[in-house]
Parts: sequence; C-alpha cells; structure tokens
Amino acid sequence: MSNAHSVAAADAALLQAVEAHDEHHHDDGSKTTLGFWIYLMSDCILFAAVFAAFAVLRGQTAGGPDAKELFSLPYVAGETAFLLVSSFTYGMAMIAAEKQKQSATLRWLGVTLLLGLGFMFMELHEFAELIGEGAGPNRSAFLSSFFTLVGTHGLHVLSGMVWMVTLIAHVLRRGLTHANIVRLTCLSLFWHFLDIVWIGVFTIVYLSGVAA
Amino acid sequence: MATAHTSAHGHDHGHHGHGEGAHGSVKSYIVGFVLSVILTAIPFGLVMSGALPAETAIPVCFGLGIVQIVVHLVYFLHMNSSSARSWNMAAFLFTLLIVAILVVGSWWVMLHLNANMMPGAMPME
Repeated sequence: MSNAHSVAAADAALLQAVEAHDEHHHDDGSKTTLGFWIYLMSDCILFAAVFAAFAVLRGQTAGGPDAKELFSLPYVAGETAFLLVSSFTYGMAMIAAEKQKQSATLRWLGVTLLLGLGFMFMELHEFAELIGEGAGPNRSAFLSSFFTLVGTHGLHVLSGMVWMVTLIAHVLRRGLTHANIVRLTCLSLFWHFLDIVWIGVFTIVYLSGVAA
Repeated sequence: MATAHTSAHGHDHGHHGHGEGAHGSVKSYIVGFVLSVILTAIPFGLVMSGALPAETAIPVCFGLGIVQIVVHLVYFLHMNSSSARSWNMAAFLFTLLIVAILVVGSWWVMLHLNANMMPGAMPME
C-alpha cells in the first residue's frame, strides 16, 4: 500500500520534472545566463592568448609593410561604428522582448543582423585588399598574428549572426516564450562581449599600430 | 485594486528573476551609446590628427579604451554591485587576473628572451 503510494508520488514528481523541463528547464534563466557568462570568461582567455601573441609579434614585420602603411583609420572607424550601433540596437531588441513586443523585437534583431553583415563585409573587404597587396598572413609574423587576432574576432561575429538568424526563426515560430527570452539574453551577452573585444582590437592593433 | 496593480507591476519587472532593470532601459542604453561614441571618437581623432606624439597618444588611447570597456560592462552588460550577480563578478575578476598574467607575462618574457638571446638582432619594440 505504502509502496504503491510512493511509486505514484515518484511518478507524479517525474511527470512534473519532465513537464518543467519541457517548459523551461524549471529555472528562472539565471543559471543559464551564469553558465553562459562563464563560457564568455573562457572566451576572454582565448582572446587574451591571441592578443598576447600579437603584442609579442607586432614588431616582426620581416622587412614587409607595417601597421602604419597598411591600415586606414577612417575605414576602421566605419567598422567600429557598425559594431557599436549594433550593440545599441541589440539592447533595443532586448527591451522590446522583455515587454513582449514581438514585431519590435524582430525588427531590432533584423537591424542588428544587417549591421553585423555590414561589419563582416567591411572586414572581409579589408582582408581581401591586404592579401591582394601581398600583405597576407604568410608575409610576416606581424601579419600572421594580425590575421589570427582579427580573424578570430570576425569568426565570433559570424557565429553570433548565425545564432541571431536561428533565434529570429525561434521567435517567429514560438513567439517570445520564456525559453526564447533566455536565449536572446545569452546572445545579447555574446554580442556586447564581441563589441568589448573590438575595443581592444582597435586600440591595440589599429590605433597603437598607426600612432607608433 | 491598488495592490493588484502593484503586484502586476512588480511581476512585470521581476518576471525572469533577473531583478529590476537587469536589461537596462532605453535611457541607459542611450547614455552608454553616447559615452561609447565619445570615447571612440577621441582616440581616433587624436591618432588621425597626430595632435600628440606617439609616446603620449598610445597611453591615452589605452586609458580611454579601458574606460570604454567599463562603460560597456556597466551600460550594455549591466554589471553592477547591487544585484545578486556576485558569481558573475567573481568569475569576471578571476578572468581579469588570468588575462593580465597571460598578456603582460607573455609580452614581458618574450621581450627579455629577445634581448638576451638574439645579440645583434633588432630589438622588437
């Protein structure tokens, strides 16, 4: 009798757990965002390693062109503007999502995606020009470390954009559910984080390189 | 009626357990954005105009870059001391330490290796 009772209780508990899991991991989302934050911190260390490599190798131009000859600061300011404005528009998307305004959320996400595309287009164009001028990653240790650092950041931006497309599809299909808002929050952390890494890139690679 | 309104209001803000203002307001994003634009424009302007010699311009750019990172952390990533985000902060501070050891350590060690092991070669910096 008591056995049957406890089995029934366990069943009920299991059912509840499964339902909670289906719904939204039975969590207010703070654990998910903390976990994602810890991933971002590990990503910081990845970037620290490529920044360190660049700091060590920046002077090793092997007789090739240096930062002053290669980089155009107005161009870099354009790339910076794309990323900075996209951080702001992502913030607007989050505010709209918190207020359950689905179409506004999607519009802001779309704008953010376009700005990300603009950034990627400018970066790829810059890379193509450098390689065309014979200043590709195989030219010198300085250029190898430059392409590694800026390329790693660019790959992150690209994956952020793929993720954004996925989340737009999620929101279109399911709406602004709790799970989708947690996902959007994680991507917002990722997107703002990439903007912070870019501050390091334009300060250390472009501004210091051209000023030196 | 008033109670119902208050609780609905509270629910709205604390909906996802992030606490009030976890995602910032339009105003805080605008403040952060304007500060970032200023903190980006100054170093670009400094270097492009060549107003300062490199020995002064580079430290100024680094200083402004660090200030801008703090602005982004506060206004875009909503890091603050008030909320129950102590684990975020602890992880962040630990990461900062590791990043500092990694970047400064590598640079310092490699600079000295170069100076000590390649006599006659050009110094790196």
